[in-house]
Amino acid sequence: MSGLRGAASIAGAGTYGLGEAPGQSELEITAGAVKAALDDAGLKAADVDGVFCASMTYNMGSLTLCEYLGIAPKFSDSSMIGGSSNLAHLLTAMMAIATGQCDVALVAYGSNQRSVSGRLVSTSRPDPFESPYGPRQPITSYALAASRHMHEYGTTRAQLAEVATAARAWAAMNPDAFLREPLAIADVLNARPISDPFTVRDCCLVTDGGGAVILTSPERARDLPRPPVPVLGGAMAHWHRAITNMPDLTVTAASESGPRAYAMAGVSVEDIDLVQVYDAFTINTVVFLEDLGFCAKGEGGAFVENGAIAPGGKLVVNTNGGGLSCCHPGMYGIFPLIEAVRQLRGDCGERQQPNPEIALAHGNGGLFSSQVTLILGTDGTL
Amino acid sequence: MPADTAAPGPEQAYFDALADGRFMLQHCNACGENVFYPRALCPHCGADALVWREASGRGTVHATSVVRRRPEQGPPYNVALIDLEEGPRMMSRVETIAPEAVRIGMAVTAVIDRSGDDPVVVFHPAGGGA
Repeated sequence: MSGLRGAASIAGAGTYGLGEAPGQSELEITAGAVKAALDDAGLKAADVDGVFCASMTYNMGSLTLCEYLGIAPKFSDSSMIGGSSNLAHLLTAMMAIATGQCDVALVAYGSNQRSVSGRLVSTSRPDPFESPYGPRQPITSYALAASRHMHEYGTTRAQLAEVATAARAWAAMNPDAFLREPLAIADVLNARPISDPFTVRDCCLVTDGGGAVILTSPERARDLPRPPVPVLGGAMAHWHRAITNMPDLTVTAASESGPRAYAMAGVSVEDIDLVQVYDAFTINTVVFLEDLGFCAKGEGGAFVENGAIAPGGKLVVNTNGGGLSCCHPGMYGIFPLIEAVRQLRGDCGERQQPNPEIALAHGNGGLFSSQVTLILGTDGTL
Repeated sequence: MPADTAAPGPEQAYFDALADGRFMLQHCNACGENVFYPRALCPHCGADALVWREASGRGTVHATSVVRRRPEQGPPYNVALIDLEEGPRMMSRVETIAPEAVRIGMAVTAVIDRSGDDPVVVFHPAGGGA
C-alpha cells in the first residue's frame, strides 16, 4: 500500500444528456452533469476549489468550464491524454487534495458530438506517417490490433461479438443506455463492415452526454449526504501514441497500470467485485481483461464466451452497457468511473449487484495508448 | 537563420528524399538501433547521432485491416503495419492484390507510389506475386 490510498473519496456523481441532446452546447451538457454531481454531493459550485476538465473542443478546458460556472479555483488541470483523461484527473485531484492544493475537486466532461457532427471528432494534427494511408481513425488502429490478437491467439470474430452482446444485455437494464434492444452474435457479425475485422457493432456509439464527479477528503465526504466512495488505488501508464508504435499490439500499458493500482489499494484481482472498462471496441474488453489479470494473455476471447461477462456470467463487467451500448460522447472515461461509484452505493436498480465492496474502473485513451486504472471501495474498505 | 537549424529537420529531410525516389531510415551511431519515423533524437538511447541509410525495402506484414466504405465512397482498401527488415514498423498498404488477401506474415517489398499529390511508400507482395 502507498501513501495515496484513500487520500480522497468521491462524494457525488452525475450524468446529463446521455444519448441525444440536440440543441445543447457542449458547455450546457457539461454544466448539467456538474449540477447533477453537486446536487448528489449536497454541495454548491461555490464549494468547489479544484476543477479538472479535458475537452475535445476547448484546449483549455478547465479555464472554459470555470469561467462558465463562475468558479475561481485554487487549482485546475486540463490535461488531455485521450479518453482516459478524466480518470487521470482523478489521480491528480487526489494528489491536490492530499497536499492541500484544493479541498473539493470537480472532474467534469461533456460533448454534443452526436448532435453536432454525428461522428467521433478528432482534434489532433494528422499524423504525416499514417494519414496518407487513410486509416479510419480511431477504428482502423484498434482493428489492426484485433487482427494481431486473432493471428497470435486464435481469437475469433464471434468471441469479439460476445463482448458487444454482453454489453447490450446489461444496457437493457439501464434506462439511461442509448441502445437497449436485444443484440445477437449474428447481428454483430452481419452488421455493416467498417474496418476488418470490425463491423459497426464492434465499435462504440457516438452519442452526446456529460459526466461529473466530486472528490474531497474522506473526512469531509463522511459529512455529506451520500455514502463516500474512497479511491483506494490508482495508476497510469502509456507506452506509445500511434498504433504503429505500440510495442506489442496485443499488450497494453494496462498490464502496468493495473498491478500498480492493485498494489496501492492493497488488493488482488480476486478481491474485485465488478469491473468497468473502457470498451471503445470489442477487442478492448478482451485485452483489458487479460492485461488487468482476470485471465491469461491470449485467453480473453475464450474467457468472454458463453455469456461470461453478460448478466449472470462469471465476471461482472460494464454494467451500464459500456461505450458499446450505453453512451460514448467522444471520450468515455468518466462513465465507467461513475458506474463503479453508483454500483458501490447501490444506486443501480435492476442491474445493481449485491453489496459490492471493491470496484475497478479502467480508462483507455488514444489508440490503445494511455491507460489509467482506479480501484474504488466502500467506506468500510478504507 | 541560426547555424544549427540551417538544414531541414529529419521529417522534412525524409519527405525530400522520398520525393527524390529514395526511402530512407535513420540509424543511430550511438546505440546501433534503426529508427522510423524520423526523429531529432534516438528514442532508444536519446543520442542526436542519427544518420540516414537507404531502406532495403524488404518487410513483413505485421497486422492488416480492410477499410470498408459505402459503395458511393469507393472500393475497400488495405491498411497494414509492416515490419521492416531493419527493425522499425511502419503503417502502409499492400497493393496489387485484393485488400482482404493481405495476410499477416506475408513478405512484401517497398515501392514508392507517386500517383497521389505526395509520394508515399507502399508495398507489393515480395517476388511480384499477384
